[in-house]
Amino acid sequence: MSSTMLKEPKMTLPIRSAVPTPVPGVVPAETPAIPALLVDRVTKRFQVARKKAPVVAIANVSLRLERGGTIGILGANGSGKSTLIRLVSGLLTLDEGRVEVFGHDLEREEMAVKRLINRVSVDAAFFKKLSPMENLLFAARLYGIDSGFARRETVRITERLGIARKRLGRPVEQLSRGMQQKIAIARALLTSPALLLLDEPTTGLDPRSKLDVQTFIEEIRKTHDASIVLTTHDLDEAERLCDEIIVLNDGKVVAQGSPEELKRLVAERYGQAPTMHSVFMTYTGRSLDDDIAEEEAEDE
Amino acid sequence: MTALTHELKASYAFIERNFFLSRRYWGWEIAFLIYSAAGALSISLIGAQAGDPRLLLTLMVGAIFWNYLSVVFSWIAETIAIERWEGTLEYTMMAPIRRSTHLLGAVAYAMVYGLIHTLAILVAVVLFFPDLSFAHANIATVAGFMVLGSFSFVGIAMLAAILPLLFVERGAQMAFVLQSVLLLVSGVYYSISILPGWMQVISHVSPATYAIDGVRKGLIDGVPLSELTGDIWPLLVMGTLFIPFGLWAFGRAEKYAKRTGKLKRVG
Ligand SMILES: Nc1ncnc2c1ncn2[C@@H]1O[C@H](COP(=O)(O)OP(=O)(O)OP(=O)(O)O)[C@@H](O)[C@H]1O
Ligand SMILES: [Mg+2]
Repeated sequence: MSSTMLKEPKMTLPIRSAVPTPVPGVVPAETPAIPALLVDRVTKRFQVARKKAPVVAIANVSLRLERGGTIGILGANGSGKSTLIRLVSGLLTLDEGRVEVFGHDLEREEMAVKRLINRVSVDAAFFKKLSPMENLLFAARLYGIDSGFARRETVRITERLGIARKRLGRPVEQLSRGMQQKIAIARALLTSPALLLLDEPTTGLDPRSKLDVQTFIEEIRKTHDASIVLTTHDLDEAERLCDEIIVLNDGKVVAQGSPEELKRLVAERYGQAPTMHSVFMTYTGRSLDDDIAEEEAEDE
Repeated sequence: MTALTHELKASYAFIERNFFLSRRYWGWEIAFLIYSAAGALSISLIGAQAGDPRLLLTLMVGAIFWNYLSVVFSWIAETIAIERWEGTLEYTMMAPIRRSTHLLGAVAYAMVYGLIHTLAILVAVVLFFPDLSFAHANIATVAGFMVLGSFSFVGIAMLAAILPLLFVERGAQMAFVLQSVLLLVSGVYYSISILPGWMQVISHVSPATYAIDGVRKGLIDGVPLSELTGDIWPLLVMGTLFIPFGLWAFGRAEKYAKRTGKLKRVG
């Protein structure tokens, strides 16, 4: 474990003026605007086996997303990205810390928060025998959206994402994975979330569909005044869409800043090429050997 | 829009979705109907063979109304299981609705579905035994006990719905266990007086015991509701206790699932 720590550069960036990095526990008094999302020293552990120490999936993570911004979360498999998204979605309870969405406390004002957010996850989960339209109508009703409006919006959004209208009436199971993913994005947009949580929304899409979705994300950001949290393994996507990036490693924030700042930092400090690829490699420098070594240490 | 109409509209989401599901799986619905009707008939035929019209009616009522209660029970109990199966559970749990709204929708659909299903079986069985006469039947009693019976079953069904939250894999099967125990102790096909004493204790806390007894007395002997208070008040009490308890337990289970990360399967 200690050898891993040594190898990892754990520097975070100096505080930027436009997007203040949260000082743990303190919301800077000079920022009057309510952030879209405030995650304050959040920790989440999972008890995976009875006698073992719990897995710390998220360790003391803080972040602040201003209204209209897009924050990207990068990290290796198992670094805690989806867990963080689930914590903000209220699908997992916080062990420590607090989360606020547009000033509403997640635990105390659950309903208010739920109305403001929606989430797209890697797996496009639907009632597979039902049609996209039936699935989206169900989602719309849960959010109190009128069915006539929901039908029109569904057609509009899916057309925009390149799904033929006639597909909307056939069972979801007949659609390809990429199409299902687009329907999942449409489901989230239907409820006009002020905070959109996207957990690998473009994983498994072909290059053109990926581009469709990315363009669409940019568009809704502008037209819907949405703030976005995005996790992705596509570094170009992160660079293109995000104003700010957080790199997670083992549930901890190991780097934070705009794509430009991070690239400059790895170039200056570690002599790497100034690319997102180097950023990712530098900050998630964890090899399979580390993982096995850790497991052995735990077993002792 | 007031909060109440908002919640009612949201619970309609579940009614409509379940209707979509039944419509999409219509072939299976017909198969299920045949299965239920065949089951009710074969049990009734035991009475026919004994040449005892009263036994025939007793068994028939038991089979048909147990079927009603178990259909209502399963639709409610499976609310979580089907979403678990499809993977949509996290999305539904994220929606800005109260859990009571969610369960109210499930209950309403379960009752409507159960009524239609039971009516179809009733027609099939009556056609099969044309000599049976329901001239004495007190329809108000039958209807009253169906409503009371489902009301008192709702809370128990909610408890069963919790199981898939707690036991990711086998939760749905455990609901069947609960159902078969209820069948055993509730005097559906025989009088509970023949059960061992300790089992009769359980019989008295099963709402099915009173509901089926009431339906039987109304349908076979035409006893009016006013004379069946002994069956009515336990159902009212149980419904009033079990529903809030079911909701409370559901909330606890949801918290537990969110703490331990049991809502998710993939991603
Ligand atoms: N529900 C759960 N129960 C137990 N452990 C969990 C659960 N969810 C996540 N974990 C653990 O928490 C850690 C972080 O997982 P998470 O899914 O957040 O990673 P991720 O960054 O999204 O990975 P990927 O890139 O593969 O999607 C992992 O060690 C994982 O095993
Ligand atoms: Mg993930």
